Amino acid sequence: MARMTKEAYWRRQIRRIAILLTVWAVVAFGMAIFGAPFLNGFEVGGVPFGFWMAQQGSIFVFVSLIWIYAYFSDKADEEAGLTETPETTSASGEEH
Amino acid sequence: MGTQEWTWITVGLTFAAYLYIGYRSRVQTTEGFYVAGHGVPAIANGAATAADWMSAASFISMAGLIAFLGFDGSVYLMGWTGGYVLLALLLAPFLRKFGQYTVPDFVAERYDSQVARLVAAVAAIFVSFTYVAGQMGGVGVAFSRFLQVPFELGVGIGMVIVAFFAVLGGMKGITYTQVAQYCVLIFAYTVPAIAIAFALFGNPVPQGAIGEAIPLLNQLQTDLGLDPYTSPFANNDLLNVFCITFTLMVGTAGLPHVIVRFYTVKTVRDARWSAFWALLFIALLYTTAPALAAFAKTYLLQQFTELGPEGFLELPWVQSWAETGLIDTAAIANAGSDVTAFLNTINRDIIVLATPEIAGLGPFIVALVAAGGLAAALSTASGLLLVISSSLAHDIYGKLINPAASDAQRLRVGRAMILLAVILAGILGIYPLGFVAEVVAFAFGLAAASFFPVIVLGIFWKRATKQGAIWGMVVGLTFTFIMIVGMRAHVVAPGTFVEPIIESFFGIKAQGIGIVGMLLNFALMIAVSLATKPPPERIQQLVEQIRYPRVMSEDELADSK
Repeated sequence: MARMTKEAYWRRQIRRIAILLTVWAVVAFGMAIFGAPFLNGFEVGGVPFGFWMAQQGSIFVFVSLIWIYAYFSDKADEEAGLTETPETTSASGEEH
Repeated sequence: MGTQEWTWITVGLTFAAYLYIGYRSRVQTTEGFYVAGHGVPAIANGAATAADWMSAASFISMAGLIAFLGFDGSVYLMGWTGGYVLLALLLAPFLRKFGQYTVPDFVAERYDSQVARLVAAVAAIFVSFTYVAGQMGGVGVAFSRFLQVPFELGVGIGMVIVAFFAVLGGMKGITYTQVAQYCVLIFAYTVPAIAIAFALFGNPVPQGAIGEAIPLLNQLQTDLGLDPYTSPFANNDLLNVFCITFTLMVGTAGLPHVIVRFYTVKTVRDARWSAFWALLFIALLYTTAPALAAFAKTYLLQQFTELGPEGFLELPWVQSWAETGLIDTAAIANAGSDVTAFLNTINRDIIVLATPEIAGLGPFIVALVAAGGLAAALSTASGLLLVISSSLAHDIYGKLINPAASDAQRLRVGRAMILLAVILAGILGIYPLGFVAEVVAFAFGLAAASFFPVIVLGIFWKRATKQGAIWGMVVGLTFTFIMIVGMRAHVVAPGTFVEPIIESFFGIKAQGIGIVGMLLNFALMIAVSLATKPPPERIQQLVEQIRYPRVMSEDELADSK
């Protein structure tokens, strides 16, 4: 099996972080703050949408973003052969 | 049995549990003392982080604050959860890979500078002290309110409990006690919320019942001549809502007592997952709080509209809380039918405290809320105290003053420092300085303006240099500090100043100024780094090493050239 090189792994991680943080910024600032007056014109289950995003939806999105990051990073670690074993986990105070 | 007796029982039982856990998790090594021996499972660390994070203010005051701020209360909800995304994606796994004890450890090692360590350690101590004083005060308030114990004695009891498990068990004792404290506080928070959602709207899920409360609440507010509850920017303008939210998020990711929690897990993989668990556990409370806020506001306005001020005063829960002084009956009678005046007479903390009685729950649940508030205050205080102790004992004593100290010596100094920190925090809780009231602006603003840029660039940019980091931190901290003191001078030193020295920074107020400090730090760090020599090969290797979860050999790393 051709392993992903560690450079490719790192590029992929950077791209993943960039995409997830873009979603983070669009939801938190774009929808729940700057877009809130506009989105309040729509309703979701009786609640103006901008308000719902600011006080409920955004938090659900934040939790999901971290889940996606953790799940796909685990997969990438495996593909690149970078998963830790007890022998290759960094310890405290260890000189790198 | 009355509320008082139940409260003594629940508080007594939970405290006994904390002491027992603290005793069971006592440690003998500095590794155990500072980072729980890197042996905490991801879920447990998530729960501990959540308890560490949610303070007395989150537990008791936040729902009330949101009820009165409406939409603009979102700054706290998003600010104190959104930061975990930054923490999980940009910091936690890489700092775990780095794998030492403290945040100044990373700064010192990455920038190869003991000056940077000192700046970081001083910043960590200052940020944590401002924060912890409020927590010890919170313990005193909870004791005096629920158990009619004098405030000072309440602070004293809190100090003894925290000192016991923190001195014996260090990070390990604190971590496992926090797991128990999370269970107590989340149970105490959600049970009354579920009960009141069911009692008022027939829907036991608070996050769902908000859909029934909001239309009703907007209607009530409009009928009474107020802005609709869901209208944005009624209490704060767009610019400040944005800056405050952003500052709280970045500050969250830069607070040392949160960051060090990710040093305690076994692996990099666990660091990522424990960030997920932490935010999930926090989200349970943070999505319940705005629902509770909406229910309580709806209920208050409904009662006020239907019964008028006289009828409101005769409600049984109002009478029982009037005895504690949290509801000012004379002021309500004076306010008459003026709804704004009526709302101003109500103490915000009452929203959480009175919920069980409004929902018709028994004294046991009321007692549980007391135990929950105390759990929230104690867990946050203990995490902060550990950061203060480790900055003093590990960074300043162990690395700068006496690098030759043995493990046993370091451990002794660590225990002594945590004891000293508990005593100082208790004194600050009893005799608060003016700046303590500004703790949120200070702690988050300073964390955002100092640690966040230095750590993020340290991880993601090999070219970041020692000079860049020191200049960035010093200027970011100084700017933010001066701005906050200037804007809040009349609160910080009320005797000397009647008015703020600085009105605002281009319209940005004290709570949101941290984001400007952060940008300044980033800009300066990049400029100075580019103007100075690149860091030595050894440091660049370290940065490369941090990127990958497993430990890479030198040959593997050398391949990259």
